[in-house]
Amino acid sequence: MRRETLLNIVLFALLPATALAAWMLDEPFIITLATKAAILALAGVGLNIALGLGGLISFGHAAFFGLGGYAMGILASHAQSYAPLMESPFLIEGTKSMPVIWLVAIVTSALAALAIGALSLRTSGVYFIMVTLAFGQMLFYFTISWPAYGGEDGLSIYVRNGFPGLNTLDPLTFFGVAFAVLALVLWGAGRLAKSAFGLALSAARQNPERVETVGLAPYRLRLVAFVISGAITGLAGALFADLNRFVSPTMFSWQTSGEIMVFVILGGVGRLFGPVAGAALFILLEHVLGGLSEFWHIYLGLILLLVVLFARGGIVGTIAGREVAHD
Amino acid sequence: MTDPVGQNPTAEPAILQLKNLRKSFGALKATDDVSLTLRRGEIHALIGPNGAGKSTLMRQIAGGMKSDSGTVHFAGHDVTPLSTVARARAGLGRTFQISSLAMEYTVLQNVMLGALGHEGGAMRFFRPVMARTDLIEQAMQALQRVGLENHAAKRTSDLSHGQRRQLEVAVALTLSPKVFLMDEPMAGLGASGSKRMTGFLDGLRSEAPILLVEHDMDAVFALADRISVLVYGRIIASGTAEQIKADPVVREAYLGAEDVA
Repeated sequence: MRRETLLNIVLFALLPATALAAWMLDEPFIITLATKAAILALAGVGLNIALGLGGLISFGHAAFFGLGGYAMGILASHAQSYAPLMESPFLIEGTKSMPVIWLVAIVTSALAALAIGALSLRTSGVYFIMVTLAFGQMLFYFTISWPAYGGEDGLSIYVRNGFPGLNTLDPLTFFGVAFAVLALVLWGAGRLAKSAFGLALSAARQNPERVETVGLAPYRLRLVAFVISGAITGLAGALFADLNRFVSPTMFSWQTSGEIMVFVILGGVGRLFGPVAGAALFILLEHVLGGLSEFWHIYLGLILLLVVLFARGGIVGTIAGREVAHD
Repeated sequence: MTDPVGQNPTAEPAILQLKNLRKSFGALKATDDVSLTLRRGEIHALIGPNGAGKSTLMRQIAGGMKSDSGTVHFAGHDVTPLSTVARARAGLGRTFQISSLAMEYTVLQNVMLGALGHEGGAMRFFRPVMARTDLIEQAMQALQRVGLENHAAKRTSDLSHGQRRQLEVAVALTLSPKVFLMDEPMAGLGASGSKRMTGFLDGLRSEAPILLVEHDMDAVFALADRISVLVYGRIIASGTAEQIKADPVVREAYLGAEDVA
């Protein structure tokens, strides 16, 4: 068995093992931390498709994370106040059903990614970074100044949304839901990386001229990648909002974009399980270092610096060695 | 239609025709009123000293560089306004002077990319591409033709300079193009490699004509049906190998009078 495969199995088992152990020890807070890690990993898996496979340094993925969050917040707040979203030309009511909320989050963030990507992918390099950042900030300031859904204060949802047949109020059950979504998306992302699309997208990152010469358009490949990437991060946003039962403009902030990028870089850019390792380490550091000092971000910055300088493949790259792109 | 180069109006019709192409970089005329044709079944070699504008001209034909004026007609259509991607789809198969490959990929993956391009797209998201035995067969066939079949699993960045040239040709083969545009396919091949490539290109012209930029004069004189000489962006002579060897202007400007036996 390849070393990376083995490592992936360990990483995959880590979160449910932690959650189960915490459940047996009756530590619901640790289950919540494991759930948070799974959801943030999901956001990272989304970004990793654009960043790792496509080489698109998006500094605006908070836009999709936030849209997913607000899709949940808006639908659930209308459901809890029994006020429909709109009555004409047709009636749209709020909902407390996770599958419906997820679908809305995915579609909304995919459409936003299509619009943002269509414009920003006409630029490259530092301009691409700045344009994606600008779109994220636009949404951030929009939600701050939009009073209908809480403005700066955000929106609280009193009871976690439901999933047919499950009691999502139970921490372990909600962890199971989040982890199942992560597992499904990881499986899909793994297939994507090895598919014809993955081969062409990654080639467009390595050498766009080569891809054009065989008659494939890098712009189209990247746009599709950006849409898939945004949709996954949007789904993660909806779950994150459900975990906290709260959404606020912070989800749209550039710090959020930066954090999602940190998961990917810490774990290993372009590695399927990189964001899982990165998000888990991030949560761990947040709580171990955060307990020691209020200024734990300094240590996080130091670790990130060391990873970027000395361990370019992140956690996964350092342990598993050079990548075998397709096998 | 008139034949701008004017050697032989009764020969095969031109599949690729350049009319009055120009390209300047500031005061430098990189391409200065170039017209030439490529007919079915032939190898048309483009020679000239370094900096004569050969690679610029290749880019104007393939689509990587916009011409200031002039047109490129290909397979009966004016492709001048088309992008590189559209020209590649129309059947222009190009190899680069400086190898342009996906370096993290294996040799086979690079050729698979060509096979995907030929198939018409890569919007397939689920099925592992390396399980596509039909594409792998096409790719391996192309590798076999250039003599790289034993290196299929090698990482491209581990290939020698000459092997990268062969790989470029293999990728172009998978596209089954109507025309090959080859920019120095012999560079770095060594004596035996050059000989093998010369033999291969000799046979390839019956599949699709080749516009060949090459510095290896033995290969050029052995292969070319016609040779055009480019100096300072201008075609100063065009004709058969014998005509070019005998042309006093060419001897003066490029070959160097004493170099030609």
